[in-house]
This record gives sequence, structure tokens and C-alpha cells, in this order.
Amino acid sequence: MTRRTMYATQPASPATKAMFSRILTSGLFAGAAAGLITALLQLYFVQPVLLHAELYEGGELVHFGAEAVSAHPDLPGLFADPVRDGLSVIFTMLTYTGYALVMVALMSVAERQGHAINARSGLLWGVAGYVTFHFAPGLSLAPEVPGVAAADVGLRQIWWTATVATAGVAMWLIAFGGNMVSYLIAALLLLAPHVIGAPEPESFSGPVPTEIGALFAARAFGIGMAAWVLLGAFAGHFWQAEGKRSLAAA
Amino acid sequence: MTTKTLNASAAGTSVIPALFAVVLGLGILTLTGHVQASALHDAAHDVRHATGFPCH
Repeated sequence: MTRRTMYATQPASPATKAMFSRILTSGLFAGAAAGLITALLQLYFVQPVLLHAELYEGGELVHFGAEAVSAHPDLPGLFADPVRDGLSVIFTMLTYTGYALVMVALMSVAERQGHAINARSGLLWGVAGYVTFHFAPGLSLAPEVPGVAAADVGLRQIWWTATVATAGVAMWLIAFGGNMVSYLIAALLLLAPHVIGAPEPESFSGPVPTEIGALFAARAFGIGMAAWVLLGAFAGHFWQAEGKRSLAAA
Repeated sequence: MTTKTLNASAAGTSVIPALFAVVLGLGILTLTGHVQASALHDAAHDVRHATGFPCH
């Protein structure tokens, strides 16, 4: 009885099931591995800059006050606040797992179209992912330290999402379009959000020194690129490894 | 010839897992990067700043 109802709705074919598990497994491995490394890099290189900025955001330090402020205040060290930093590690791993699932799914589509997916081609996938998710939106909505003036967060999220979507389509067209028309469309898609412009604040009110803001943006972009290149290589590697494993098991 | 046909039919079935993974991935990113609920926002705060998501 139960068996009949089960078969009445079309069961997933073994090929589909194998594809499910290959995408999910390689995405999870790549995302967790790249996310863990990224979290440690961020905690070491980005977090101190953010904590430094928070001293100005909270008013403990005042820029352009009566006297010059030391550029080297005492900052809490690595994992000085284990809950805060631990949550950062978990959320970085989750975020990069989200990226990895999207990337590996697209890799599976590209492979069906005959493109080689491995750790080496994964490096390029990583660069494309970095441009899509980090660099394209960040070019006009620069990575910001806490305390800076910014437009309404909802508006910025809409612009961010639209920019990531157009950049993603553009990177796909550049990689796989293969003709002038698709390159032209890609260029327009990459330019459009920045020509239209990101939501900007009405006035400037940031209390954080520009040196800290600039270092934060540079570090965020730099660690982001390293993270994405790692993610791409890991995704390509695990995609290959999982494919071989399921072939051997079959 | 036979192998080609088999591959083609396997290719036909494998769009759904890819679609599922994209939706799942974007769902995770929405939670870690965008949802403004304060517990989520506070936990993800430093990551959102460092990863370039609009934060607050």
C-alpha cells in the first residue's frame, strides 16, 4: 500500500540522488574548510581594526579632540572575548558554506556543459565569486567600520542584492558566453549598479579616523579575495574527489 | 552512442539538485548576512562588517 503511493509520485532517479549528495557534500566540505581559514584570517587581520574603530564609535577615543590620540591603543587580543569571536567563526563558516553551495551547484551546471571542474579551474571560480559577492557591491558600498554614516540598511540591502545578482550573471557571461554580445551585456551589467549609484547617507557623521576606515576596507577586500580563491580551489577539489568517490562506490 | 544517451538523460535529471543547492545557499546567506533580527545581527555583526554585507 505505502509502496504504491510512494511510486505514484515519481521517485528521484539514482542519478539525481547521487547529484544531490555530490553537490551537498562537496559544498559543505569546501565551505567549512574555507570558512574556518577565513575566520582565523579575519580575526587576526580585520577584527583588531574593527575593535579599534569601536573605541571611537563608543566615544572612548575622540578624533580631532584637544590632543593627539595614539594610533596604538591597547586592544583585546585574539579570542579575548571567546563568545563573540566564537560566534564570528561559526557565522563565517556558515556564510562561506552558503557561498560554496551556490558555487558548487553552478559548477555542476558548467561541468554538464563540458567545462573542466577541478582545484585549478576552481581558482578562477573563486576570483569570479569574489568579484560577484564581495568586490562588486563593495566598490560603491565600501566595507565599513562600525560608526560610519550610511543610508537606510534596507535600501542598501536591496542595492547590494541587485548588484550581486547582476555581477553574478555578468561573470557567468564572461566565463561562458563566448561572443562579443555576451561580453558587452556583461560589461553593462557590471557598470549599471555603480552608474545608478548606491544609497548614500544624507550627511557624514563618522567619528572614526580615516586611517582606520581605509585600513579596514583594504583588509576586508584583501582577506575576502584570499578567502574566495581558497573557496574556489576547495570547491573544485572536493567536487572532483566526491565524483571519483561516488564512481568508485557505484 | 548508448553512453551518450545515458549521459544526456542523467543531465536532464540533475538540474533540480543544483537548483535546490542554490536556494539553500542563498537562504543561508540571507540568514547570516541580511536578516536584521537583533540576536542574529549581534551574533553575525563582525562577520557582516568584514565580509562586506550592509550591517546597520
